[in-house]
Parts: sequence; structure tokens; C-alpha cells
Amino acid sequence: MEFLRPATWDEALAAKAEYPTALPISGGTDVMVEMNFDVHRPSAILDLNRITELTEWEITGDVVRLGASVPYTRIINELSGPLPGLALAAHTVGSPQIRNRGGVGGNLGGASPAGDAHPALLAAGRDVFVEVASHARGTRLIAIDDFYVGVKRNSMEQDELIRRVHIPVADGPQQFSKIGTRNAMVIAVCAFGFALHPKNRTVGTGIGSAAPTPRRAVEAEEYLQGVLAERGLWESGDLLGAEVTQRFGELVKAAASPIDDVRGTADYRRHSLAVMARRTLTWTWNDYSKQIRSAA
Amino acid sequence: MRVTFTANGKPVEADDVWEGESLLYVLRERVGLPGSKNACEQGECGSCTVYLDGTPVCSCLVAAGQVQGREVRTVEGLADENGELGLVQQAFVDAGAVQCGFCTPGLLVQTDALLDNDAQPSDTDIREALSGNLCRCTGYEKIMDAVRLASARKCAKAASE
Repeated sequence: MEFLRPATWDEALAAKAEYPTALPISGGTDVMVEMNFDVHRPSAILDLNRITELTEWEITGDVVRLGASVPYTRIINELSGPLPGLALAAHTVGSPQIRNRGGVGGNLGGASPAGDAHPALLAAGRDVFVEVASHARGTRLIAIDDFYVGVKRNSMEQDELIRRVHIPVADGPQQFSKIGTRNAMVIAVCAFGFALHPKNRTVGTGIGSAAPTPRRAVEAEEYLQGVLAERGLWESGDLLGAEVTQRFGELVKAAASPIDDVRGTADYRRHSLAVMARRTLTWTWNDYSKQIRSAA
Repeated sequence: MRVTFTANGKPVEADDVWEGESLLYVLRERVGLPGSKNACEQGECGSCTVYLDGTPVCSCLVAAGQVQGREVRTVEGLADENGELGLVQQAFVDAGAVQCGFCTPGLLVQTDALLDNDAQPSDTDIREALSGNLCRCTGYEKIMDAVRLASARKCAKAASE
């Protein structure tokens, strides 16, 4: 096995081109588990820890460009304003020690349906892009809706590495909810991310751990957008009513295709998704109503 | 491969390190620092917690090659050079927060980091900070006592300085 330690991003891309099967490692919170248990014996390990720009973030215009290796701890401490949904999701990752090392790049690279960042990224809207690069072809942006393609599979090529994620700065309330047996060190039984986007009058959803890939509840989004527009609720901030939250929950539930496994049954996942969808919608809508009323 | 780094302020060198090896293995088996414990090897238990460049991490999840040129501080490094226990260590002894002792090194490092950041944490803060450290003797109440004792002593020390 080789241990590759590129000092710069260009060197990392060159190394990935030369060793396409090299396994990138940053925080190591997934990769090292596989190594320790001999699940995976890659031909080479590509250490990204020396590439400082991967641990940086910036806000340009209305977009956060979040380096792939910015640890979850820093997302919680530094980005809960512009990225409230992702910060909430980050707070449910592992434990303090895990959050000190792990970052969104690892979630995206692993593309597990249970990754906590995914529902928040999906809910953040359709203008979320994963910036990847290769030595041969340079940089490209993959829309988050095109990124997840199968169980633990993403749409990256073998010679590509994740540089950062582009996420619109939140312009409305966002929430994240996750089911597990305790408040720490839990792989989601299932999870749900939800965001209101008042500027373009849309809502965002993200389902975790309840389908082969993280996925959006498209019909639920469309239903809610329809109701909010028809009733002028974006302007008034008036109550949604139980019928709307109930229907939204049912549509989120219908969008999932979970399985029975060690962490929970498919039925339980469907049921809890409906509950989480209802709750996160209510929380965010109440926050939004307050903003409207205080602005009036 | 060869890996050189700083452990508890001293330069160390490990040879013939396997590329997939963890920092925990290097500490315990190659550089004579067996204080960090190997229990779960998947980041669940926190028994292997060490400082890496000042940040507490699970050393079982850090690849040895990643610490090249970096600074590691283990539970051994919480005591001073003469072997006198650090404030957190002494509080765990005094509170009787040790049963089998296997989880203790990780709890000590994580508590040290907590109190460095916030000398007077609430019980909720303590529970959250230690949420990644498992004690399978389930001696958590004494551990809470120890952290509160360490916090009180640290605050008293700060006030008298």
C-alpha cells in the first residue's frame, strides 16, 4: 500500500490521476473504520490533511463555498447563521471528537444514504453544487440532485476529488431532524431536512436513510409550494392548518423507499418520516410567521 | 514507512509503520505510550482520545501518516514532567471516578479539553462534551462529580491567580 501526502491541491489531483484507486482520507472517521476492521484494503491512501484550502470557507455573493474538509465542529460554530440546516445536521454527527475531524467532503465521497449532511444539502435547494476536479479535465460543478446515484455511489469519476460545496446562504428558516437510539454516536435510523426559501418562493426537503440514496420529496415540495402560493401565505405568514402539515407529512412518507435492517423497519422509517416532516414544517413555519409579523 | 511527530513535547520517530496503521497503534505499540486505550477501533468509545495539534480526536481514526510533523498530546502528557498529576487527573482520583479504568484516559483528555474551553460548564455541557466517551462500568455519576470537582478547582485557581 502507498501512503500519498500531497502538499497542494494540484499535487493531490496529479496523485489521484496516477493512482485512480487511491482512497482519499481527510478526517478518517469513515475510512479508518474500514481500515481497522479490514473491510477495505485500498492500493493507496491519499492524505488530504496538508491541503489547507480544503479547510477554508468563504461567502461570495449569496453562496457559501464550503471546503470539503471543514470539520463539523467549525460548521456548527462558524456557519450556523448562513447554513442553519447543515449546522443542525452537523451537530448530530457522531461525538465531539468525530465532529472535530469529519467534514462534508467525506459524507459526499462515501455517499452513504445515512450521511447526516445529505438531507440538509438537498433541503438547501437545487442550487447546491459539489465542486469536483480532476488533473486531466479541471473543475466541474455537479448539482446536488445529480450527485447521488446509488447505494454509496456518487456521480464522480475515479480521477476526481471533492474540492468544496457551494450552498446558497439561507434566506429563511431551516430545520433538521434525525431518529436514533441516543443523542450521540448514532447512525440515523432515518433523517429529514427541511428549508423555506422565501426569496424564490420554494421549499426544500431531504430524506436520509430511507431510500438507496439521499433523496428529495419532490411531490411534497410541489404540494406545499402550491398551497403557500395559492393562499398567499408567503406574504401573510398565516397558520398552515393541520390539514396541510398532515398532507405534507404523508407526501414525504410516500417519497421514501426504505428497507428493514438492523437499525429499524421500513414501516417505522416511513412513520417517523411523516412525523419529522410535520414537525420540521411546523417549526420553520412558526419561525417564518414570527419574522413576517415582526417585520409588519 | 517512517513517521516522525511530537508526542507530549518530545520528538518521536516510528519505523516500519504500515500505511493503513492508526495513530493509536503507533502510540501504544511503537513509541511506548500505552495510556490511550484501544477498545472499539471505530470512534464509538472515545477511549483513545488524544490532542492532535490541540484538538481532541479519536486516535484510532487518524492514519499514522497523517501525523507526520504534527503535535500529539496523550493522557500521559496531562501530568507534569515529575509525574505530578494534572488538575483533571487528580479530580478523577479524588472523586473516585474510576472503576475498571479503561475509559478513563479518554475521559481525562476530553474533560481537559472541555475545561480549557469552558472552565465552568453546565451539566448539560458536560454530558454533551463526554457524549463520545463510553464507560461500560456505567460509572457516569462519579465521572460527572469528577468533572464538576475539576471545574471548581480550576475556577478557584483562576480566581486566586
